Amino acid sequence: MKLTVRIWRQAGPATEGRLVSYPVDDLSPDMSFLEMLDVLNQELIANGEEPVAFDHDCREGICGSCGVVINGQAHGPERTTSCQLHLRSFSDGDVVDVEPWRAKGFPVIKDLVVDRSALDRIVQAGGYVSAPTGSAPDAHATPVPKPDADLAFDNATCIGCGACVAACPNGSAMLFTAAKVTHLSLLPQGQPERAQRVLDMVDTMDAEGFGGCTNTGECVASCPKGIPFASIASLNREFRKASRSGRG
Amino acid sequence: MTDYLTGDPIADTKAPAVPLENRWDERKFTAKLVNPANRRKHRVIVVGTGLAGGSAGATLAEQGYHVVQFCFQDSPRRAHSVAAQGGINAAKNYRNDGDSVYRLFYDTVKGGDFRSRESNVYRLAQVSAQIIDQAVAQGVPFAREYGGLLDTRSFGGVQVQRTFYARGQTGQQLLIGAYQALSRQIDAGNVELHPRTEMLDLVVVDGRARGIVARDLVTGEIETHLADAVVLATGGYGNVFYLSTNAKGSNATAIWRAHKRGAYFANPCFTQIHPTCIPRSGEHQSKLTLMSESLRNDGRIWVPKVKGDTRPPEEIPEDERDYYLERLYPSFGNLVPRDIASRAAKNVCDAGLGVGPGGLGVYLDFADAIERMGRPAIEARYGNLFDMYQRITAEDPYRTPMRIYPAIHYTMGGLWVDYDLQSTVPGLFVIGEANFSDHGANRLGASALMQGLADGYFVLPATLNDYLGGTRLDEVSPRHDEVTRVETEVRERISRLLSVRGTRSVDSFHRELGLLMWDHCGMSRSREGLRKALDRIPGLRAEFWRDVRIPGGAAELNQELEKANRVADFLELAELLLIDALAREESCGGHFREEHQTADGEARRDDEHFSYVAAWEYGEKPVLHREDLSFEHVHPTQRSYT
Repeated sequence: MKLTVRIWRQAGPATEGRLVSYPVDDLSPDMSFLEMLDVLNQELIANGEEPVAFDHDCREGICGSCGVVINGQAHGPERTTSCQLHLRSFSDGDVVDVEPWRAKGFPVIKDLVVDRSALDRIVQAGGYVSAPTGSAPDAHATPVPKPDADLAFDNATCIGCGACVAACPNGSAMLFTAAKVTHLSLLPQGQPERAQRVLDMVDTMDAEGFGGCTNTGECVASCPKGIPFASIASLNREFRKASRSGRG
Repeated sequence: MTDYLTGDPIADTKAPAVPLENRWDERKFTAKLVNPANRRKHRVIVVGTGLAGGSAGATLAEQGYHVVQFCFQDSPRRAHSVAAQGGINAAKNYRNDGDSVYRLFYDTVKGGDFRSRESNVYRLAQVSAQIIDQAVAQGVPFAREYGGLLDTRSFGGVQVQRTFYARGQTGQQLLIGAYQALSRQIDAGNVELHPRTEMLDLVVVDGRARGIVARDLVTGEIETHLADAVVLATGGYGNVFYLSTNAKGSNATAIWRAHKRGAYFANPCFTQIHPTCIPRSGEHQSKLTLMSESLRNDGRIWVPKVKGDTRPPEEIPEDERDYYLERLYPSFGNLVPRDIASRAAKNVCDAGLGVGPGGLGVYLDFADAIERMGRPAIEARYGNLFDMYQRITAEDPYRTPMRIYPAIHYTMGGLWVDYDLQSTVPGLFVIGEANFSDHGANRLGASALMQGLADGYFVLPATLNDYLGGTRLDEVSPRHDEVTRVETEVRERISRLLSVRGTRSVDSFHRELGLLMWDHCGMSRSREGLRKALDRIPGLRAEFWRDVRIPGGAAELNQELEKANRVADFLELAELLLIDALAREESCGGHFREEHQTADGEARRDDEHFSYVAAWEYGEKPVLHREDLSFEHVHPTQRSYT
């Protein structure tokens, strides 16, 4: 099959970018979207042009490195990561727009590569349990009800790709932050730092330039791991409780 | 003409000479300590942020050391440990099914086909239980039963249920636990993190590892970082085969450059091929995806009995199918160890019976299991794997059998380390998959996560104290001659790569190398094939340096340049791998030499001549140093699964 891809090219953070159109031939529907970019890049290299820069690593949908906006949708038309999207989701002859994540919190580095370190800083602000190595009691000392453990797991599956931010009209990182806050506040191990955690993470999220949540739900629709919308409500609840308790 | 020289054997691995079960306690007791107030004066470099590096960085920082940590990805949470599916072993015996430290030790030594060190493996089994405690305390959401306690399951090669898991994403959850612990230390100012930064060389001053030269992958700047010790946690070298289940960025540059600076490289030919991966679908294939070993509990593996049978699998009647594993290994059936299952698949495909594109695949069929247990039971057990398979292949494995084929998955070989996990360069420690220590010639399922975390949380933090507390380390000036020399070499190499301006892309060389290695040094190896590959490598390397084309410059984000640096090292490492495979005239674990098999085509190990670790010293010709293995507790036997 053949596609025409219009890709965002931007040489560096300070330079202006633009969409550039490239025809890509000899594609197979079994290729992944990133393998299509590989094919394009090999052609560009052969023609003496600069290949398109994009982040990717595991190509199994778990590391969270990849992520581009495809025809206006974060990670494209299927509910998966860009690396697990296959060309069979497109038709022969389609024109496909490929852009980087766009959000104030994610400045563009080059082409489709953006800086997502703000998400790391949100975690650094409190997205952990303080359990220094060697201090742990036996794993069975505290049983955890299975429903709590399962819901904590559902939230812990976030891969930190940033699609939720890219999809949000406000560039909000609420779903990302909510997933971590919900994961840890459901577990007994997360209780001692519960109030301080949510206050510090939300503070950092705001300071990093992410927008507020207006319950649009685009984040949930684009999340490749199915983080539940209810987690945002849980984040709001945790935040309100912690604020009232006068901590922070 | 010989391929290598032989040097002095390695006599002492520094394990204390006390009974096996007391060795680790003895080592911890005799290790020198560093006063807590003095620890912050020590800078320790940790390269890599996977399970080993992440856990080590966090733990060293908690102890009070000043940690400087690096990863080439944009965040420490993306290291390839994240992709591990199945689980993590630990001798907790929560099931009361007869498990013990000794049994985990025994299974691991035997599973490794008697090519690992008893001392190290015993310690691994000892600390395994603590890993689970640690992870639970961090909030890792392991699978639980209705009573609220942890669930476990069984895995290949063992008869107890000692594998803890978090659905099919155990690696991800454990990695996030370590990442969060590391994040806490970054916030506290105890860890200085350098993401998107790749180590390109090791700085050795007065015989000791004192720093690294790294490239900032965004600005292209070459920076030297100095420290009192360097820890490599940079993973395995499976991508020397181009197509593997490793991440695209996984590379051997850090360990290979360290090797060239004096660290011995041990058992490079011990590579693991995983039997159940999704076959390649065409020339464009960029990587392979694993399907968890757990599928072999319920799936039946078969090929058509006659060549060229093009009927859809559902239409091939029962008596025209060959369930070859059940036929060849009736007592273990589809659950034979990884190396055996992989080789059997290769044999049937070589005989022209393979299915799918290019005849490189065999069926993994769940029809019987679905009929026996019902679809919901199979969905509950393997739902996420079936979805993943369907997404990649567009075939529904509930209706038609999966097609699978073996692929490179893990490397047991790596930099040689002693009992303290220290390499032959003093002050250079190597942990996780990057070292060679615990898995011998074959790693058991669910043991990689265990080893990475054992090294990072518990072993290294104890032994590094001894080095820092017992060594006089003068300050190294950033203008020291040796620092300048290494920096200059790194810069020159980059300029040289960029100045070739040839005609072939980096990927084209990587693919050619990978195919050569897979064909001649993959599942089955022969003297003739290895020799053929060895003859080709120097030419391919020369062609690379003469004809590679890397667009762009050095002072910018340049992904082709990143790849070129890595492929240049793979082109050197490949040669050592082949020489090691040629020198090891026996079949064991993942290393199968066609010349050394029984009449039934099974691996024939040679304990009389090859019960040693092959530790290679870098030189114009590599120099082999043998470390003899002795087995006081687990007596080597020939494995039999028939």
